[in-house]
Amino acid sequence: MRIVVQDIPFDFGAEAAAFAEGRAESGAVVTFTGIVRDVDGGLKAMEIEHYPGMTEGALSEIAGQAMSRWSLEDALVIHRHGRLEVGEMIMMVATAARHRKHAFEAAEFLMDYLKSRAPFWKREITKDGAEWVAARDEDEDALTRW
Amino acid sequence: MDVLYFAWVRERIGIPREAVETKASTVMDLVDELRGREERYAAAFADISALRVAVDQQLTDFDTPLAGAREVAFFPPMTGG
Repeated sequence: MRIVVQDIPFDFGAEAAAFAEGRAESGAVVTFTGIVRDVDGGLKAMEIEHYPGMTEGALSEIAGQAMSRWSLEDALVIHRHGRLEVGEMIMMVATAARHRKHAFEAAEFLMDYLKSRAPFWKREITKDGAEWVAARDEDEDALTRW
Repeated sequence: MDVLYFAWVRERIGIPREAVETKASTVMDLVDELRGREERYAAAFADISALRVAVDQQLTDFDTPLAGAREVAFFPPMTGG
């Protein structure tokens, strides 16, 4: 299990390849990556604030839960903070399991939990200024299915 | 103890962290103390349903006791991913 919180970009291809390498026992690797999306043509950049210390702890706890619940062989979470331009990758998760259903479910669980249980706060920068992104009820509701 | 603020809570109060001398027995008591300080605190803590709290880096509730706590953080609902 590996947790990375950093302000610099990460190499998705290299990370995914390294994670999948030699997984003869797992048989299934799922990766997901989130990208800064320009919703209505007005977004200039995204700023992500986090809580150093708690962030790493919360991500480890969430990934640890996924590891035991789906008997994962391994899990990877990379999450950036600081300023990100449109089109840049914000984060990625990877899961390795014996069966694809477990790998997919564990990846979705990780995504659902790190959206509203890991201490990150997004701020959108547009030509009109900066605005904190409000948490959505759907994101909180998504946790109930687990 | 150290009290930390993040995102718009930090902006509203104007500082990211401060050392607070308090005898507050729960998070809610601490909130009431801070509210009484200055308008900027009262504004930040006006609606605690819009806030989340962590004690010693563990997400928790406002009725959590503060005995032995070293660090309390206030922030809006998280928006990771």
